[in-house]
Amino acid sequence: MDSLQYLLLLFISTVLINNFVLIQFLGICPFLGVSRYVETAFSMGLAATFVMTMTAFATYFINTFILEALNLEFLQYMSFIIVIASLVQFVEMFIKKVSPVLYKALGIYLPLITTNCAIMGMALLIPQNDYNFIESIVFGFGAGVGFTLAIVLIAGLRQEIQFGDVPQDLKGMPITLILAGLMALAFMGFAGLAVV
Amino acid sequence: MKNYLDIFKNGLWNENPIFKLIIGLCPTLAVTNTVVNGFAMGMATGFVLISSEIVISLIKKWIPNDVRIPSFILIIVTFVTFTDYFLGAFFPDIADALALFIPLIVVNCLILGRQEAFASQNPTRKAIFDAVGMTVGFTWVLVALSAIRELFGFGTLAGVEIFGAGYTDMIIMILPGGAFLTLGVLVGFLNFLDRKVGSDNG
Repeated sequence: MDSLQYLLLLFISTVLINNFVLIQFLGICPFLGVSRYVETAFSMGLAATFVMTMTAFATYFINTFILEALNLEFLQYMSFIIVIASLVQFVEMFIKKVSPVLYKALGIYLPLITTNCAIMGMALLIPQNDYNFIESIVFGFGAGVGFTLAIVLIAGLRQEIQFGDVPQDLKGMPITLILAGLMALAFMGFAGLAVV
Repeated sequence: MKNYLDIFKNGLWNENPIFKLIIGLCPTLAVTNTVVNGFAMGMATGFVLISSEIVISLIKKWIPNDVRIPSFILIIVTFVTFTDYFLGAFFPDIADALALFIPLIVVNCLILGRQEAFASQNPTRKAIFDAVGMTVGFTWVLVALSAIRELFGFGTLAGVEIFGAGYTDMIIMILPGGAFLTLGVLVGFLNFLDRKVGSDNG
């Protein structure tokens, strides 16, 4: 079975073709809110990727072995949000203990991740697409990498546009949205890469 | 009474969630390809917002400060699950079109933000006015945005032909890129309006 090739395709598809931010509109709030500087954007992306991979791991088990096994699917939203919130809390405590340097870098971005809809969206897409365990992990990691890619790119563009002569009413949010629109159009080009 | 009216009007313009507070943008961009979807999203979000503001303003005395955010989320997620099953049972077409973005109302910062900023500090009557104002403010921007996208994208408005059969669809308006571009230009235009006439708008 060419499963390795399939996993690679799934990864590329999640990162580029179905980019969470630019194609699926998930995680727009941090995408616009924390993208003023490339460094902070990268930290945010790193934290989100980490939590996303962990969430994919945790929600897969909860969904398969508890919710589906006991026919409790109506509790799905509630249990996923609790898992994400406690995972974020746990990751925060863990990083604080193990690596104070990383904690300082990610610090304020970690609590923000709880309300990042890319994470909740990713958790909900896994049962919808019937991914197995390995696919779920690859999907979660790919979603995080895609998010990081988008937020770092837009931060770079925003740093450049600061020196541009933007009309008064378009300053700030509107011009960022227009930049994101152009980026989304560029990302449409990846649609020809592969189909998963 | 004037006080209550001010709270209501606040959501329409001065603190409009989308173009002033800049929150709740994921559904704003994702589901506004037709007017029906935009309106349905506004109503679904509004239902969750109004219900949870009422409940939270009623029980705010008994929520310990340290665990208030998880408590808010639990109340919100209850109403979201309710909305999801209700739409699935009675409006399956709309539920299909909005798909993932119904459960994602849970993590819509607009809802949690209003609980934290308003419902947890104000009496129930005020909270209702705030929630209704925010709902109307959120919905009108969604409908405006989706009207522009549907009109140019499909040549229709809420399913009714406007430009006639010979109209060539502008695919870009329906694509994700068009969503960002249209919202960017719309917010820019609203900022312009706000600067010109906003000061006496109250």
